[in-house]
Amino acid sequence: MDVASLARLLREPASMARLAPAEWDVLLRQARHAGLLARLEALARDAGVLPGAPLRVRTRLEAARTDVELHHRLIRWEVTRLRRVLAPLPVVLLKGAAYLHAELPAARGRQFNDVDLLVPAEKLDDVETRLRDAGWRSTLLTAYDDRYYREWSHELPPMAHKDRQVVVDVHHNILPPTGRLRPDARLLLAAARALPGSPLRVLAPEDMVVHCACHLFMSGELHKSLRDLGDLDALVRGFAGGPGFWPTLHERARVLGVERPLYYGLRFAERLLGTPVPAESRRVVARAAPPAPVRAAMDTLVLAAMAPDQPARPRRGKGLARGLLTVRHHWLRMPPLMLARHLVHQALVRRSERG
Amino acid sequence: MRLGELDRRDLAARLERRGLDLDTGPFVVRIETPIPALVDEVQGLYRDYPLDEGGGLADFHVVVLSPSGPLGMRRWWRRQATVILDEDRPFEPLPLDMAVPMLEWSINWCAATRANQYVMIHAAVLERDGRALVLPGVSGAGKSTLCAGLALRGWRLLSDEFALIRPGDGALDPWPRPISLKNTSIDLIRRWAPDAHMSTPVPNTNKGTVAHLRPPADSVRRAREAATPAWLVFPVFAVGAAPSLTRVPKGRAFFRLADCSFNYPSLGIRGFRALSRMIDECDAYEFRYSSLDDALGLLGALPSPTPTA
Repeated sequence: MDVASLARLLREPASMARLAPAEWDVLLRQARHAGLLARLEALARDAGVLPGAPLRVRTRLEAARTDVELHHRLIRWEVTRLRRVLAPLPVVLLKGAAYLHAELPAARGRQFNDVDLLVPAEKLDDVETRLRDAGWRSTLLTAYDDRYYREWSHELPPMAHKDRQVVVDVHHNILPPTGRLRPDARLLLAAARALPGSPLRVLAPEDMVVHCACHLFMSGELHKSLRDLGDLDALVRGFAGGPGFWPTLHERARVLGVERPLYYGLRFAERLLGTPVPAESRRVVARAAPPAPVRAAMDTLVLAAMAPDQPARPRRGKGLARGLLTVRHHWLRMPPLMLARHLVHQALVRRSERG
Repeated sequence: MRLGELDRRDLAARLERRGLDLDTGPFVVRIETPIPALVDEVQGLYRDYPLDEGGGLADFHVVVLSPSGPLGMRRWWRRQATVILDEDRPFEPLPLDMAVPMLEWSINWCAATRANQYVMIHAAVLERDGRALVLPGVSGAGKSTLCAGLALRGWRLLSDEFALIRPGDGALDPWPRPISLKNTSIDLIRRWAPDAHMSTPVPNTNKGTVAHLRPPADSVRRAREAATPAWLVFPVFAVGAAPSLTRVPKGRAFFRLADCSFNYPSLGIRGFRALSRMIDECDAYEFRYSSLDDALGLLGALPSPTPTA
């Protein structure tokens, strides 16, 4: 099953009703690998496919849902603990914790393992002290890693409370300060919305979409790109009906200087998941498109890298595509000299760990 | 069709080419491997298992390979076995002769991390007259030895590692599998049942020397026959101890049981209800013993449980 077939089933869940047992076998394995098993369950349930599916399929999908429900409980609980400790400070929930607390469709069947927060840069020390005093500790082992986060990234070193496993990432921006794209985090904080009946805030809808697009094809887990694209798709579908969504989205991407990631995000979401993008918006977004050869290269690389792995038989082309996208990710993240230094250090560490 | 009806060549071809779907009761396990020694061991341990006829839909997919390593070096020198579960490689490669334990641990790992349709307890389960004896245990408590001893003397083996509690009705689903024996238990069980089939003992694993005992054919045949939990016995192996059964208060038993569960937290309220029900229906004991004969006598004479209303 290639990425287009998996994407088609996500787009048209009703077509799962026609799958033969051996096709279910492949679908469930690939969906698990892509981190989409519980999302598939939610889609299949909505499409009414589950009652007619083989018992083994139903059982497995429901088991995946149980896992995601646990993670949602853990995230909600962690957020109540964070709220207590950080009470008077302005805290904005990002990504999964935001989708969950804002009750967005993007949270359905989506497993989140950590809580991401955005705080004003000048409050970073205060937040860290409060968390440390209340029992949160850095999860990092080496001084180099610690420095990497503090100097070169847009977040504190990841922390976890000593009694719990949920990792808390405290961000002061949505992209690293060393990179080429440098959105002004103050704009994001200023536009954030209060959650009803809670001191917590989440990004404005358009900013949420922009943030999600900025992280596509950027993680170390490229085989989970389809899942991340699914987040973008769910956000856009959920917000698109709101007044002025599309014009505001373009305006925010422009002001924050991240039109290129938005272009890529919407392009691949539309192509693979059929995300509804109005013709006018497609034109506006396309102004940020790269020159044709780069566009063609990205199309090829992204699709190849996203292709689900074939059990035990990795394809050579995909390894290459993932390698090149990883290079691109690093390239966007830091200037060449800094990158060289970082890669040399990581290579030496790995060597000494092996030796 | 049973695995034992395939001749060695057919079996090897299936294992190498498209994988072999084994019906183990609650789960269909697809095993794929080109390693000849592992083919022999699978043939010995899984002889009595039916092949699944469900059209190629398996629950767990375990591929055991022998990687060729850099420049193909590993084909000749310090050969290794590595496991691929779906597309992940959750474990470090190990020396090739550990392929059988790796296969067994991998199948267990799949269940422990995924099978949330059950409340899963790390326990051996045996049955007599429809009543199940559950032996939860940490490693080293002698759970597997006790389990092998009982399974070879008239008790039906449900599982040596997993109590699979159905949240709906509290019944235990069997998952008969090869019983993992360690160190001195291997010779002990060999003396106890000289005719029983065992895989080749593998020294130097992180659990010491390990061998797997083929489960009794009758247990495998009855892999879909659930049982009702009756006795909850926490075994403690103590050299030289006279055998003794001590009642464990229900409240304490609950927490000890929850402690042995793989997925109690995942299931939330369903997990709490299922364990409560099991505690209500069972009598709980701590069992100290030093010899299998003593154990058989005492466990065989357990009185019917007195359920709490």
